[in-house]
Amino acid sequence: MPTLAPLKKLDRTVQPKSSATKRLVPIKQSLSELAGPVFGLNAVKKIDADLTKNAAKKGKEAIGERMILTGSVTDEEDRPVPGALIEIWQTNAAGLYAHKGDQHDAPADPNFHGTGRCVTGADGQYRFTTIRPGAYPITRLGNRWRPAHIHYSITGGSFAQRLITQCYFPGDPLQDDDFVFQAVTNKAARERLIVKYAPEQSIMGYAAGYSFDIVLRGRDATPMEK
Amino acid sequence: MPKQTASNTIGPFFHHILTPEGHGKSGITDNKLAGKKTKGERIHVEGLILDADGKPLRAAMLEIWQANAAGRYNSPVDDRDEAQLDKKFSGFGRVSSGSKGKFEFETIKPGSVPSTGNAPQAPHINLTLFAAATDIHLFTRLYFSDEEEANEIDPVLSSVNAARRDTLIARRKKTKKGIVYRFDVQVGGDDETVFFAI
Ligand SMILES: [Fe+3]
Repeated sequence: MPTLAPLKKLDRTVQPKSSATKRLVPIKQSLSELAGPVFGLNAVKKIDADLTKNAAKKGKEAIGERMILTGSVTDEEDRPVPGALIEIWQTNAAGLYAHKGDQHDAPADPNFHGTGRCVTGADGQYRFTTIRPGAYPITRLGNRWRPAHIHYSITGGSFAQRLITQCYFPGDPLQDDDFVFQAVTNKAARERLIVKYAPEQSIMGYAAGYSFDIVLRGRDATPMEK
Repeated sequence: MPKQTASNTIGPFFHHILTPEGHGKSGITDNKLAGKKTKGERIHVEGLILDADGKPLRAAMLEIWQANAAGRYNSPVDDRDEAQLDKKFSGFGRVSSGSKGKFEFETIKPGSVPSTGNAPQAPHINLTLFAAATDIHLFTRLYFSDEEEANEIDPVLSSVNAARRDTLIARRKKTKKGIVYRFDVQVGGDDETVFFAI
């Protein structure tokens, strides 16, 4: 009988509070939680990872400050997670989503859709080309603005390792009263959501490099029976 | 040792990338898990995603992960010889709720997957709920009303307070479009769905 290492628990010192009002019922992990869908490199096309061009008309590109957004997906034991699907979505440079639900009075960019996809390589690395997103208002909360951010969805490894989060940019004062950023009450964990300037990733004369590393739940040392 | 990356809400604008059907694009998966050649009994799952007051939960997405009809997951982690892989079934789907909180997906009824130590588990579908109103996703399971005997001895269902087990059972009915299982997901309120720490 092959063995399977159970996943470490969600780190409640790091994670925001659950919205469930009743107690979460702890269950023993089985294949249901430890298995997970796998995506081959064929699941995505190369162009899917370039948001400046993947929705642009021929010969056109998105307007805004170009950036390379790269990083690694690892687990808590620092092991790379290969074959993880990363999906991102964001506003255009003016802070508008290409989504009919977005009521922000800001100019649309006909050459930018704000969505991208890639799969991590054997080394757990991923890489996007995009533009820097803008801030946008949350008027149902009064005269409030959300800091610039990019939404991240990571599907990889085990079903229980699923993660959706957002990354932010250094030195943005709007982070201070942003209810989403501040929902992560642990200051160090919040700061890890901020991308780092990564000049070694910059492309000369074209785009500045930034890195955002993602850490998923790790595995306990002792395997269990499948 | 590196620390886990913190979760942040999915927000209201995920549809174009995560559930783009109906937005003129195709995604990595959708709410139709079963193709023509998938083995197993075809079923529809329908329900509502609700908040504590029983109103539709704004901008919500369910992710679906299940075994095939033989009880095998399409995942390299599941390499058991005794249950056969169905290459025509990934077992992974996504569906977002409409304005009235409604969702629907088409799939096949999964087979039974053993728990650790080979104890049988009742057939079930694993679900993850994401919503603009939740900062971190919630895990739950859907069990089937016509699997009474298997449900009775399922180790996960047994660990849930008997009074709350009903929130995890999808009700089977025959309709014009085929077999439909009705399953609502509620966050908060007296009838809150059981969510798991997994
Ligand atoms: Fe956003």
